[in-house]
Amino acid sequence: METAAAGAPGGKDARRETSAGGGSGAGGGARGGNRGRGRDARGRATTWTRMKRERATYLFIVPGLLFFLIFAYLPLAGNVVAFQDYSPYWGIGGSEWVGLQNFAAMFNDPQFMRALTNTLVISFLQIVFAFPAPILLALLLNSLISERIKRVVQSIVYLPHFISWVIVIAIWQQVLGGAGPVAELFSAIGIDGVNIMSDPDTFKALVVSQVIWKDIGWGTIIFFAAITSIPNELYEAAAVDGAGSLRRTWHVTMPGLVPVITLLLILTIGNVLTVGFEQLLLQQPAVGSAAAEVLDTFVYYRGIAGGDWGLSTAAGLFKGVIGTILVIAANKFAKRLGTEGLF
Amino acid sequence: MAALLPTATPTRGPDDRRRYPNRPVWMGVPSKPVQAAKAVTIAFIVLVMLYPFVYVIAMSFASREAAASGGLFPTSFSLDAYRSILGGDVVTRAMLVSIGITAVGTTLSMIFTTTLAYGLMRTRDVPGAKFVLVLVLCTMLFGAGIIPNYLLVRSLGMLDSYWSLIIPGLISAFNMVVVRNFFMGLPSELLESARLDGASDLRIFTQIVLPLSKAVLAVIALFYAVGYWNAFFNAMIYLNDTTKWPIQVVLNQYVVQGSALTSIQAPDQPPPPGQTLQMAVIVVATIPILLLYPFAQRYFTKGVLTGAIKG
Repeated sequence: METAAAGAPGGKDARRETSAGGGSGAGGGARGGNRGRGRDARGRATTWTRMKRERATYLFIVPGLLFFLIFAYLPLAGNVVAFQDYSPYWGIGGSEWVGLQNFAAMFNDPQFMRALTNTLVISFLQIVFAFPAPILLALLLNSLISERIKRVVQSIVYLPHFISWVIVIAIWQQVLGGAGPVAELFSAIGIDGVNIMSDPDTFKALVVSQVIWKDIGWGTIIFFAAITSIPNELYEAAAVDGAGSLRRTWHVTMPGLVPVITLLLILTIGNVLTVGFEQLLLQQPAVGSAAAEVLDTFVYYRGIAGGDWGLSTAAGLFKGVIGTILVIAANKFAKRLGTEGLF
Repeated sequence: MAALLPTATPTRGPDDRRRYPNRPVWMGVPSKPVQAAKAVTIAFIVLVMLYPFVYVIAMSFASREAAASGGLFPTSFSLDAYRSILGGDVVTRAMLVSIGITAVGTTLSMIFTTTLAYGLMRTRDVPGAKFVLVLVLCTMLFGAGIIPNYLLVRSLGMLDSYWSLIIPGLISAFNMVVVRNFFMGLPSELLESARLDGASDLRIFTQIVLPLSKAVLAVIALFYAVGYWNAFFNAMIYLNDTTKWPIQVVLNQYVVQGSALTSIQAPDQPPPPGQTLQMAVIVVATIPILLLYPFAQRYFTKGVLTGAIKG
């Protein structure tokens, strides 16, 4: 990524010289002569000179930088609430510090433990069922010979990705809910009162199905790209050696996909404590918190809805820290396995 | 559908070659059972993906009698449900709110995202740019959490303000990286010669870089627009004033949670059945996405893949 727009190192200074002016009229001082003001002993522009020259560029950077400092980094500091007996009346400055008390309370809270269990179970199911789904779909679509069918199917399967969770759940409710056609089909064969949308026992399967429905198509994009980048000669050679289409898939396509799969697995593992927040929040009233409470909904219900700020911030911080550690660890592990890793 | 799949002829005749000119000879032709299995699988996937949409759209147009009789599809049609929800003020107002937030938010997001991407293009020439880039990339790895974000928005006095739905998500680091990667792929000679000619950064940005980047800007604008249109959670926690609710929150309230739609217009006849009304609300909430979708669709792959390149 640092390859930026900069050319070869040698030609860079000359280029800077001329490009310096910009709209700001800056940088004229450095022009003419290699050892003028603002240059170090070896004739390179000092950082300060370079900064003055690029002052127009900083005008482009500063608004975005401010945004990230205020809305991404400042809230990180807000996590100190996890170590406080926070009250909105007193604010962060006035609330009492309680050390790790919130964390202790959290681990002794059966609701928290249930939320943690539900989160891990749903995550596990997603890694087993939702993760491989787009890979299989990509292989299937790739094996089609008609480009037209491939494109039509792709446009159809991408679509649900762009629909909000509210709409997805509303639609599913109409189709699978107690008043929908599926319940009618069931009652036509003599099973009455089927409401797939509000059954706590099958809720986790429902959650995973919804995730697959919404994002299976979108997930294929990256695998398609990986498949396209596999050189055709490999397939040809395999075919000449007598490999059928299944063997070619297994011995040529799959190895080509491994780096992408590893990369996405790292991301998935890093998000193991994050399962569809809105998806579960929206459905919790229908199936009850025993089945649908996950860490994020716990934080929301306890904190913003329930006013237990310290404890819920502690739960959120726990989730964030573990998540970050997991991504970094998974990335290290992937690198050790010889793949490129994420960063 | 099966007819469009590879033909079963074991040897490839001239007809086959005409239909699939790019197909290599070594690829062979799948056996009939394999073709049939593929056709069935594809048909099943398409059905599962599309039926819910088709059913909801069809039922939203159902007449009272057709809705009552149920079935996989309604048999007679009426616009009563749409007249009711769009005649009342709740859904109409929510649609206007959502349209406004999407328009303003997308515009601001595009301005802030593209300017930052441009500013961070030349990390080697601009001291500190690399550091800022790393700061931005790091935000893709961790977030502060629900409560600290809520406390920040509250302490900035943005509760119950439409700005709370726009400002906290103004720039997505991911989208910024996609745009920056695209900018960096532009021919650098072009930008250099503009510099030599004395063009200012603002001029290079607006007259060279942006016009050359229409493809990526279209897809990023779509991502932002979809994000603002679909925003539910922020609206739910930041807006206590129900008259400010965007369509997603209204949809949740009246369709997912099943509260009665209080404001519908029914002057001289009983309102259409609740289920039909719910379907109509779902449809109006989905239509803007369906309208935008075809325009940006061909850029999806490009957008996603540039973004997937290692930061």
